[in-house]
Amino acid sequence: MKLKINFGAALAVAITATAASGLPAFAATPEPAAVLKHYTKLAHAKYQDALTAAQSLDKAIDALLAEPSDKTLKAARAAWIKARVPYAQTEVYRFGNPIVDDWEGQVNSWPLDEGLIDYVDASYGTESDENALYVANVIANKTIKINGKDVDASHLTPEFLSGTLHKAGGVEANVATGYHAVEFLLWGQDLHGTGPGAGERPATDYDPKNCTHDNCDRRAEYLKSASTLLVANLKDMADKWAPEGEATKHVEADPKAGLTAILTGMGSLSYGEVAGERMKLGLLLHDPEEEQDCFSDNTYNEHNGDAIGIASAYNGNYTRIDGTRMNGPSLHDLVKAKDPALDKEMEGKLDTTLDAMKALVHRGETVEKYDQMIAEGNKEGNATIQKAIDGLLDQTKSIQRVIAALDLGAIKLEGSDSLDNPNSVFKKK
Amino acid sequence: MRKGAATPLPMTGLPANRTLLPAIAAGFLIFSITLAAADILSFPSSRTDLSPEELKRVHDVVSPTGNFLKAEPYEAMQGGALTAIDKVNRDIFSKPSASLNQEQGQDFHLGNALFRKLWVSAPSSTQASDGLGPLFNARSCQSCHIRDGRGHPPEEAGAAATSMVLRLARTAATPEEEQAVRDFHALNFPDSTYGVQLQDLAVPGLAAEGKITLSYSEEAVTLAGGETVILRKPQYGVSDLAYGPIDASITLSARIAPPMIGVGLIEAIPDADILANADPDDKKGTGIRGRPAIVRDHRTGQLTLGRFGWKAQNATVRDQVADAFSIDIGISTPDRPNSHGDCTPKETRCLSVPTGVQKRLGDTEAPDAVLPLVTFYSENLAVPARRGTGSSDVLHGKEMFYRSGCVACHTPKFVTRDGIKGSDGKDSPQAFQLIWPYSDFLLHDMGEGLSDGQQVGVASGRDWRTPPLWGIGLTQTVSGQQAYLHDGRGRTLTEAILWHGGEAEKARNAFADLSKEDRQALINFLESL
Repeated sequence: MKLKINFGAALAVAITATAASGLPAFAATPEPAAVLKHYTKLAHAKYQDALTAAQSLDKAIDALLAEPSDKTLKAARAAWIKARVPYAQTEVYRFGNPIVDDWEGQVNSWPLDEGLIDYVDASYGTESDENALYVANVIANKTIKINGKDVDASHLTPEFLSGTLHKAGGVEANVATGYHAVEFLLWGQDLHGTGPGAGERPATDYDPKNCTHDNCDRRAEYLKSASTLLVANLKDMADKWAPEGEATKHVEADPKAGLTAILTGMGSLSYGEVAGERMKLGLLLHDPEEEQDCFSDNTYNEHNGDAIGIASAYNGNYTRIDGTRMNGPSLHDLVKAKDPALDKEMEGKLDTTLDAMKALVHRGETVEKYDQMIAEGNKEGNATIQKAIDGLLDQTKSIQRVIAALDLGAIKLEGSDSLDNPNSVFKKK
Repeated sequence: MRKGAATPLPMTGLPANRTLLPAIAAGFLIFSITLAAADILSFPSSRTDLSPEELKRVHDVVSPTGNFLKAEPYEAMQGGALTAIDKVNRDIFSKPSASLNQEQGQDFHLGNALFRKLWVSAPSSTQASDGLGPLFNARSCQSCHIRDGRGHPPEEAGAAATSMVLRLARTAATPEEEQAVRDFHALNFPDSTYGVQLQDLAVPGLAAEGKITLSYSEEAVTLAGGETVILRKPQYGVSDLAYGPIDASITLSARIAPPMIGVGLIEAIPDADILANADPDDKKGTGIRGRPAIVRDHRTGQLTLGRFGWKAQNATVRDQVADAFSIDIGISTPDRPNSHGDCTPKETRCLSVPTGVQKRLGDTEAPDAVLPLVTFYSENLAVPARRGTGSSDVLHGKEMFYRSGCVACHTPKFVTRDGIKGSDGKDSPQAFQLIWPYSDFLLHDMGEGLSDGQQVGVASGRDWRTPPLWGIGLTQTVSGQQAYLHDGRGRTLTEAILWHGGEAEKARNAFADLSKEDRQALINFLESL
């Protein structure tokens, strides 16, 4: 019912037709409000999927802790990788939506203070003789010193992890919670550098009867608490994207600001975040672990998921984890009505990036993992990554053109002679 | 490479490449005595980058206006062609210079990623990302420069202060130290235990140095027309000291993180144009002196003009960035190679903590690409366009700003140097821009009320660098709160103005004597910056 109120009757019919056939029904241009509505519906579905997958992960972790074995550990790892699929596709919501950006650190923070959480390899670096501080890890210590204060860590509850282990509320919080904390606890450190292989934590790390690396009960408690927190955080965000949720209302409040938020999300994730921070920086530093998902070697899937999410924000299509396909009014429709050539260009570039990401995934699955691809001197690996970066950079240019075409660009400045033409500045003669 | 306990504690302001120092120290000393005697004279007195015709145009365009009926040409574009004309929201301080090409744009974004990067304690799997601390005030640049804006004093007792730090320093105690200050080799001297700054955070397993204590006393000020403003005067102290007492000779100076916008443009202002406003002996008889901060460039050791930091203690953006990495985050860079940050030999446990140096990635904790990228990023954080420059209210406020004498130090405009190269070695986007920072970048005696008693090079405890005002009207938008002056004590622009004393007392009084409407107009003008 709400849909009809928001869309208007004629449009609602058009959308029904579109949804039924899976093809554009006719070239009626949707109202920006309808585009925003669909964008929030997709967000809701994606976060719900991320939540569902995290709940499956939580169950798999329960099974691992109940009966630690190679089999249950393997199943938990598989559940973690599955859980990342819908989450990666939500990342396009982060930029442009302050509600998501403020929350993101709790669930996806990176890098991680591994030594604070659990044992780390003593052969690290050149100072193995001075590794007394490795035992500062909270799993091994019921009292730890944080900022000079003895902190009671006898119970590793979700509240302890989110509230005490990390200063709540600050930018610097939360490096011991979220997906990557769970990842670390399932895989352990990847000690293979730029060679093949991921983390190799044994299942017996969770077996109180046959415990490796000590403190299996506390490790289990930490893992369960981190997983519980992750589920709670995702539930919170899924609720925020419900039809009357805070994030939904924020997007729908102002059509122009809402459309800008979509495009800001697409552009920022393409350019600064994935092409820049997550891919180019790793290539530049050749750091084997300057990658997302460094413990599990799942990185190429993440980048691919981000690219799929970016395309989805433009074309309004999403395939849920149960196979349901969603589509509806999108930026693609708006741009097509305004400038068909630009729409074609945008779609073409999104496809180019997706192809490059597919090649990246293919290489990851058949030849070598992401941390090997970024190694110095690995020409083919480097080139495969660079191609995806190039695709992301190139699509950013078109995103900027879309912003201009929809009149969402620079604000109009008023009140000064020089501002009839905002680019008018003092120049050399 | 490990910089262990044997590494001597650096004196603040020493050139970074200390290994070179002993070899050249003798020659340096003779050289610098001459320079010290004629420090200001050694700088060019007029700019040499322009033709006489261009110089005249520049001179005309930067002359203070007398017309407040309409906005000046180019006024809204306060960062010149680099001005951000984006929609105003909380990210408005994070926009790149408008003129970057795509390659530079990517460097900007990589720098941004590093600016936001949370460094973690060593050892960790992310070999390029570890090395935090061991003592630190923040885990990332962004933690203090929140959305590239300004920091604030701690809100709750006992919490880490993060975006405010306490500098620890004493004056010279021996003839040798006095000489070092005279020669600009040292700005002041650190505490023998706690170093140059109190770090209130530490890596797990290590005690943080202590906590900042902060309390306020209130004082009511009555303005013309009867309006009352409550000023809060802070008292700072330290508690929970983990490594014994701080030396009695040490003063505490609280500093909040300043906003990052426009710093590349500030670096591009010609020395001669800043020095033209200096009047250390008050020859003009205005009561406003303005002294240049003479400091040494970290890398070259050359005497140069300080422009960055609350005391103008650094000459370049890169020097400022390297200091922040080293002292605030505890990450070593080629310019500040000590991987134990601000640990001192008396903090033995601190010096035994693993560093994040990976030989494969370079000799310091931050891989070599990091410092240039963060520097480039910082240099290209754009100044946002002004809002409402042509409105009669803002123009009236501008007139009040001029008439109250604020522009005696808050110099409205400069034209940056022409034909310069950026830190990336390419033609600088910052070259030849008409900019409106509203600062003379000189040191001024701001009176006893703002004094913290801490000498920094040529600046006494009462001296502060005039901070640029551009973007100040967006403080609330970006930071969600307002905290002005070096320690964030000013909760409103009015409070900040009322704290002005010393050379600025006349202007402060002029403001206080304006009618309520005129004062509001002046504030509205500031809000439009």
